[in-house]
Amino acid sequence: MDIKLPLTDETVEKLHIGDDVRFTGVIYTARDAAHRRMVETLEKGESLPFDIRGQVIYYVGPTPAKPGQVIGSAGPTTSMRLDRFTPTLLAAGLKGIIGKGGRGQAVRDALKQHKAVYFIAVGGAGALLARHIKKVDIVAYEDLGTEAVRRLEVEGFPVIVCNDIYGGDLLQEGKARYRLSVA
Amino acid sequence: MRDIDCQTISETVARLCQEAASLLPEDVLQALKRARQKEESPLGQKILDQILENAELARKEMLPLCQDTGTTVVFLELGQDAHIVGGDLNECIKQGVSKGYTEGFLRKSIVDRPFSARINTKDNTPPVIHIEIVPGDKLKIQVMPKGGGCENMTRLAILLPAEGKKGVTDFVLRAVEEAGGNPCPPVIVGVGIGGTAEMAVSLAKKALTRKVGRPNADAEAAELEQELLEKVNALGLGPQAVGGRITALAVHVEVHPTHITSLPVAVNLQCHSARLKEAVL
Repeated sequence: MDIKLPLTDETVEKLHIGDDVRFTGVIYTARDAAHRRMVETLEKGESLPFDIRGQVIYYVGPTPAKPGQVIGSAGPTTSMRLDRFTPTLLAAGLKGIIGKGGRGQAVRDALKQHKAVYFIAVGGAGALLARHIKKVDIVAYEDLGTEAVRRLEVEGFPVIVCNDIYGGDLLQEGKARYRLSVA
Repeated sequence: MRDIDCQTISETVARLCQEAASLLPEDVLQALKRARQKEESPLGQKILDQILENAELARKEMLPLCQDTGTTVVFLELGQDAHIVGGDLNECIKQGVSKGYTEGFLRKSIVDRPFSARINTKDNTPPVIHIEIVPGDKLKIQVMPKGGGCENMTRLAILLPAEGKKGVTDFVLRAVEEAGGNPCPPVIVGVGIGGTAEMAVSLAKKALTRKVGRPNADAEAAELEQELLEKVNALGLGPQAVGGRITALAVHVEVHPTHITSLPVAVNLQCHSARLKEAVL
């Protein structure tokens, strides 16, 4: 399924776990240090460096771009580390997240509550994923280097729906489907 | 006595860092292709296709396979009749890592003051160096860029001797299942059994330097590897843990004698991007 970003309620309502999705539009990068700053900003009642409503955040810290490249390798990092910050950003209007691996119960509940979707990209496919990133601008926290918040323009960026707004969890259901009794 | 020059070691390490980041070893590639044939889950198949396509693209254009170009783990087998000249061995390895990561446009992921300020050292140093003294007059260097996603899932237990093989098996299965999608399955499972606490972890990591799926020379250990692989794959996690038949490409077990009161067991996972390059000087 091809999706134009930003995400709307109408779009996320159509998404179910296991769906193959290709994003075209703008996504923002943020990982550990940037999340800490964004949550601190919101807690102080100040506004974020970009309007987060309807947006998608990608958990990525790319390699440096070689001369002539837009970005270096850019695959997802482990999402679990961001669990403690995620519900606050979802409450602020974040609509989609791209990472890898499962999420804790609090995040799963918050996704359902705020009608947002958690997507996974293939971890360790950073060279391939970078091909779908057409433009990169640093929008905040430049001092954080690879962890700075970047605005990416993507075309056909491939992700899979992992947690939908209906409470479905691809990792739990997938494991149950393929589990054998010998384990 | 044979002289080995520090400058040569440094240059070699720099080259290995860059090659390891982009060139997936042939044994890993073949294991992934076999996994693709065996995988039954449609999503799992798509993921393995992307992983294989990524490896081809990285090789062709010398791009890093993964943005996490890792902690640089360096294994050295130093012949006792070799003589390192022209500098400090540890320092020249460090310089090699710095050069490789800087000139190769690899990500610098190492931070100093880890429990407080977490300041990036900006050249991915220091590496983690393991030195083993062996017979001969050569120096074997293996560079393993080890990603954080899989390294963070490392587990150690000191079991009771009475827990035996079942205790070991249950512990390994729990470690892989709890790791879920974090270590980027399909993984290679390194298991260290015996020795002391730190030795078990070290053995588990050393197990990851073996060619994928090459069995342990000891028959009992090889049998345990087979049994563990079957059980790990029966967990149903599959590629990226979306559900599937192939959770692990291989299980490698290393065993060492231990104390009469003790049964240490460690699990160190390697992601599907199992990067490793070696040279012998």
